[in-house]
Amino acid sequence: MTDYRQKYKMTPVLGWLLQDRGGMILLGILLAGSILIPIGNLLIPEGSAFHVPTWMLGLLGKYLCYALLALSVDLIWGFCGILSLGHGAFFALGGYAMGMYLMRQIGDRGVYGDPVLPDFMVFLNWKELPWYWYGFDHFSMAVIMAMLVPGLLAFVFGFLAFRSRVTGVYLSIITQAMTYALLLAFFRNDMGFGGNNGLTDFKDILGFDLQSDQTRCVLVVASAVMLALCYLVARGITQSRLGKVLIAIRDAESRVRFTGYRVEYYKLFVFTVSAVMAGIAGALYVPQIGIINPGEFAPAASIEVVIWVAVGGRGTLYGAVLGAFIVNYAKTFFTGVMPDFWLFFLGGLFVAVTLFLPKGVIGAVPAFGGTAGPGAQGNWRERLAAWRANQGGKA
Amino acid sequence: MNTAEDLLSEESRMIQSEKAATILYVDGVSVSFDGFRALNNLSFYVEPGELRAIIGPNGAGKTTMMDIITGKTRPDTGDVLFRSEVDLTKLDEADIANLGIGRKFQKPTVFESHTVFDNLLLACSGGRRVFSALFHRLSTAEKQRIEETLATIRLGDARETLAANLSHGQKQWLEIGMLLMQEPQLLLVDEPVAGMTDSETEQTAILLRNIAKTRSVVVVEHDMEFVRDLDCKVTVLHEGSVLAEGRLDSVQKDPRVIEVYLGR
Repeated sequence: MTDYRQKYKMTPVLGWLLQDRGGMILLGILLAGSILIPIGNLLIPEGSAFHVPTWMLGLLGKYLCYALLALSVDLIWGFCGILSLGHGAFFALGGYAMGMYLMRQIGDRGVYGDPVLPDFMVFLNWKELPWYWYGFDHFSMAVIMAMLVPGLLAFVFGFLAFRSRVTGVYLSIITQAMTYALLLAFFRNDMGFGGNNGLTDFKDILGFDLQSDQTRCVLVVASAVMLALCYLVARGITQSRLGKVLIAIRDAESRVRFTGYRVEYYKLFVFTVSAVMAGIAGALYVPQIGIINPGEFAPAASIEVVIWVAVGGRGTLYGAVLGAFIVNYAKTFFTGVMPDFWLFFLGGLFVAVTLFLPKGVIGAVPAFGGTAGPGAQGNWRERLAAWRANQGGKA
Repeated sequence: MNTAEDLLSEESRMIQSEKAATILYVDGVSVSFDGFRALNNLSFYVEPGELRAIIGPNGAGKTTMMDIITGKTRPDTGDVLFRSEVDLTKLDEADIANLGIGRKFQKPTVFESHTVFDNLLLACSGGRRVFSALFHRLSTAEKQRIEETLATIRLGDARETLAANLSHGQKQWLEIGMLLMQEPQLLLVDEPVAGMTDSETEQTAILLRNIAKTRSVVVVEHDMEFVRDLDCKVTVLHEGSVLAEGRLDSVQKDPRVIEVYLGR
């Protein structure tokens, strides 16, 4: 820790950037990746050891979007103690917004060749485009809606939940209910979002072929850049006085209230920002994966995000990114090698991290040990005992 | 000859003037939880600049009284006025805190992941809105106030220490310091010396007496030695209402107080 007199003389932004070793490393990797990956894919010929194959682009793009989603969850969970088990809903809504644009881009190249209606609407015998599909032939509309819809839902949901002082496990449960309700709603064909099959069969984005290597490279770079930007925004928030209030809410909510802060507004702010980030992640995810269906709303998917954050190390932001990469790489690996084993591995990983690495992988690296993570001390036996005592006290 | 009406208005004028002189006016407050009467027609007044100790056995309603004054609990009946003008029963915790009423919890409650300095910064009056907090920058005046408070609570050397690593007594002082940063006119302190060493207890009494020179302080306490050190007016609560009020010596001689504390 440096002296405060020194610290506050610096311009704040530069100050917190220079002090943030993990963040510098993350931003450096993202920058390097943004340059090297397109070079490796487009310029270096196939067969060279440095060639980046196209299948890897899709994988990297997916991981980057998941990393952004994990970042958004860490912002609220790690810093404000809001354990959202429904963040997949915001991700999926952002994805649907982008998916609607991509559907409109197909135009008359669909199976049924209707210039306006997407295939599934023709199949359902719909004659007109529903009103909420208007405007989605514009890319800007999709971008705005990918942020606005998740943001608005989070704002309304958060306003009701936080004003009623729903906290802890109860909040987690209603976020699960929220994403489950959306799952059921989007399954219905009448909703006009393609029902069970969702939206797929995309052709191009802004006129560029989604299958081409160039477009894929641009999307990967866009994901990396958005992740970097959102990291900076999240870091800026957590380093501000507002961020200190958020950590204070996480640790002693009633004290914050009696200090005169409106806790519900602070939670609402960070929850909404986080949902917008999740929406952006979803919007970047869909063109790279090529499909969005109600499965993204599944409660289990949202829980998995929390595991990524826990594995990486909550309350650090870059830890969430690392966790998303580690767990998803493991998922890619295990589902390829022994698919039946994956869920056991995931469950075991969560238990192991909770017991042995309470601050996640990041917390196990001495250089990053002293970060703002929730202060879990002692070895796992002591923590288990403390946890048991704590549970007893609550019962 | 005074008519009954004159007497009545005379009395109401007296009550008015009594109200005018109070910083905290609690009158006829009752509250029940599931049929249990936690407070029963509780009335007492605190004057500006007064240091007041409130004692009473377990379940006398001390904490409920604090909850009502700070907006955590709503009374079933009765009035709670701050500075004789603001009805506290209509406001919530944040409003009441911003009006100038600070509350210290029984268990020291500080922000453990923050440094002592940041704890005080967060408690620093002003800038409670979300966006002003987002773009807040530490001003020289704020820094100076934090330094002053650090000196008052004797934690100047620990300014960069995480609050989690402070001793129990230091946490209590930090919490008192945080309350001071809010610049309250009225300070409610719930059992400040529970778990403190003897010397820490003594120092806390000195600290509170100093604080009471510039603002009103209400201390809820069990420890009789500490209450004696505070050297102030004492209110004894029992079963949700005031049993006795006065100097500690006279209160301790009151047969009803002896009965409540020693009898059964």
